[in-house]
Amino acid sequence: MTLNQQRKLKTLVTGLFAWTVALVLFFPIFWMFITSFKTELQAISIPPALFFEPTVDNFRVVQERSDYVHHALNSVITSFGSTIIALIIAIPAAYSMAFFPGKRTKDILLWMLSTKMLPAVGVLVPIYILCRDYGLLDSRTALVIIFTLMNLPIVVWMLFSYFKDLPKEILEAARMDGATPWDEVVKVVLPLSVGAISSTALLSIVLCWNEAFWSLNLTASDAAPLTAMIASYSSPEGLFWAKLSAASTLACAPIVIFGWFCQKQLVQGLTFGAVK
Amino acid sequence: MKRSITRLLMAPSVIMLLVWMVIPLSMTIYFSTIRYNLLYPGQNNFVGWMNFEFFITDPGFIPAVSNTLILLLSVLIITVVLGVMLSALIDKPFFGQGIVRVLLISPFFIMPTVNALIWKNMMMNPVYGIFAWISQTLGFEPIDWLSSFPLGSVIMMVSWQWLPFAILVFVTALQSQDTEQKEAAQMDGATGWHIFRYLTIPHLARPIAVVIMIETIFLLAIFAEIFVSTGGGPGYDSTNLAYLIYNQALLQYDVGVASAGGLFAVLLANIVAFFLIRAVGKNLTV
Repeated sequence: MTLNQQRKLKTLVTGLFAWTVALVLFFPIFWMFITSFKTELQAISIPPALFFEPTVDNFRVVQERSDYVHHALNSVITSFGSTIIALIIAIPAAYSMAFFPGKRTKDILLWMLSTKMLPAVGVLVPIYILCRDYGLLDSRTALVIIFTLMNLPIVVWMLFSYFKDLPKEILEAARMDGATPWDEVVKVVLPLSVGAISSTALLSIVLCWNEAFWSLNLTASDAAPLTAMIASYSSPEGLFWAKLSAASTLACAPIVIFGWFCQKQLVQGLTFGAVK
Repeated sequence: MKRSITRLLMAPSVIMLLVWMVIPLSMTIYFSTIRYNLLYPGQNNFVGWMNFEFFITDPGFIPAVSNTLILLLSVLIITVVLGVMLSALIDKPFFGQGIVRVLLISPFFIMPTVNALIWKNMMMNPVYGIFAWISQTLGFEPIDWLSSFPLGSVIMMVSWQWLPFAILVFVTALQSQDTEQKEAAQMDGATGWHIFRYLTIPHLARPIAVVIMIETIFLLAIFAEIFVSTGGGPGYDSTNLAYLIYNQALLQYDVGVASAGGLFAVLLANIVAFFLIRAVGKNLTV
C-alpha cells in the first residue's frame, strides 16, 4: 500500500467511526421524531417499525389535548423577555468592566460566577413563598424575573470577554472627535458587537427554553412553558408514545435548530470565554 | 471616564445579583430555625437545630447525599473520558464532518423533561422499548432498567445530555492545537498514543477543568430527569438532594426541614465549588 492509500484508508476509518458514534447518540432524537408520525399501535410494535404510513394526527391531538400553542407562547415570552431584560442590564456593566477596569473588576466577575454555584434548591422554599405571597405563582412574571437573574452572570461574562477584545483605539478616536460616553456606546461599541450580542442572546434563550426546575415548581397551567407541559405526559395513564413524541418534537424542534446555528458561541459562552 | 459613572453602569447587575443571593438565602436561614409547616400555619416558634436534626436523620438523607455524589462523579467520568477519546478520534478531516457535528451536539439541546421521557418510554421500557427489543433479539431476558438500575438509568440519561457538550468543547479546543508540533512529533517517530498522551492531553487540561466546573454546577442540581422518570424511587434509590428537598417542601409542606436541607445543599455546593474555583479560577482569563 502506498502512503497515499494508507492516508485515505485512515480517513475512511475515522469517518466511519465518527458517523457511527454520531448516529448512536442521535438515535433517540431520530426515534422520537419518527414515532411522532406513527399511530399508537405502530409506536409500540415489536419489532420496532421503521417503515410505515406517516400520519400527522398526533400533532392535532396534542394541540387539542394540551393546547400546545398556549405553552409554546409561554416559552417564547419567558425566554425572550428575560433575555432582553438581561441584555439591557448586562451591556452597561460589561462595557464599563471591559473598557474601564478597576482593581476589583476581576473579583466582581468571579463573584458573579459564584452566584451560579448557589444551587436553586437552596432557595426553592423562600422563592416559592415569596411568589405565593405576591400572587406570582403560576405567572410568567415570576419566571421572567428568575430566568433573568439566573442567566445574568453568563450574559455579563460573554459580553465582557467580547468587549475586552475590541480595539481600544477606536474608542479613543471617537473621544477625540468629541463623542460623549453615550455616543461611544450607541454609535461605536454596539454596532461593532451585533454578532456578539446576538450570540449571547441565543445562548440565553436556549438556557431559558430548557430550564425545568423553576418552571416545574412554580407553574401549573396558565404560565407553564413547554418543559412543564411535557412533564404532564409522564403520568402512567396508558401508553401514548406517539402523542408524547409529537409533543416532544414540537417542544424541542425550535431550540435544536436554534442550537445548530449557535454551537460555536455556545462553547464560548458556557465556558465563560475560557475555550474559544 | 469618572469612577462614579463606571460604578453606576455596573450597579444594576451587581445590586440585582446581590439581592437575588442575599434575600432568599437569609430567608432560608431564618426558616430553617423555626417550626414552619404550610399545613399548620401560625405555630412558627423558634426550634434551634431541630430542623437540621430532622433532615439529617431522615431515612432519605444518606441515600440522597450518596446518590448526589455518585451521580456527579459518574457523569463527570463518563463525559470527560469518552469526550476526550471521541473528540481526539474525530479531530481529523473526514466526509460529512459538519453533519456529524450537528448530530453529535443535538442531545444537549433537548429539554430535560423530554430527555427523561424518551429514555423512560421508548428506550428503556421493559416490554416495548428499544433496549428490550435488542436484548430479546440477542436472546437475553429484557431488563426493567428503571426499577432494576434506577440511579444507573438516570446517570445514562444525564450523560447522554452532557457528553455532546464535552465533545463540543474539546473539539473546539483541539482546533487550536499546533499541527506543526504534531507533525514534527510524527516525523520523529512518535506513535498515535504518544501524541495523544504528551501533546493532546496537556493541551486539553484547561478545557477539561472548565468542563468539570460547568457540569458540576448543573449536575449538583439535577431535578427534572428524576422528577419525570423515576420519581426518586424505588424507595430512595434514585433520590438526590434536590429531589429530597423538593419532596419535603412541596409534597410534605414542611418548610422548616426543607430549608435546613436547602442550606445543606448550599454547603455541599460550596465545598465542591471551593476546590473547583481554586482549580479553575486561575485558568479563566480576565
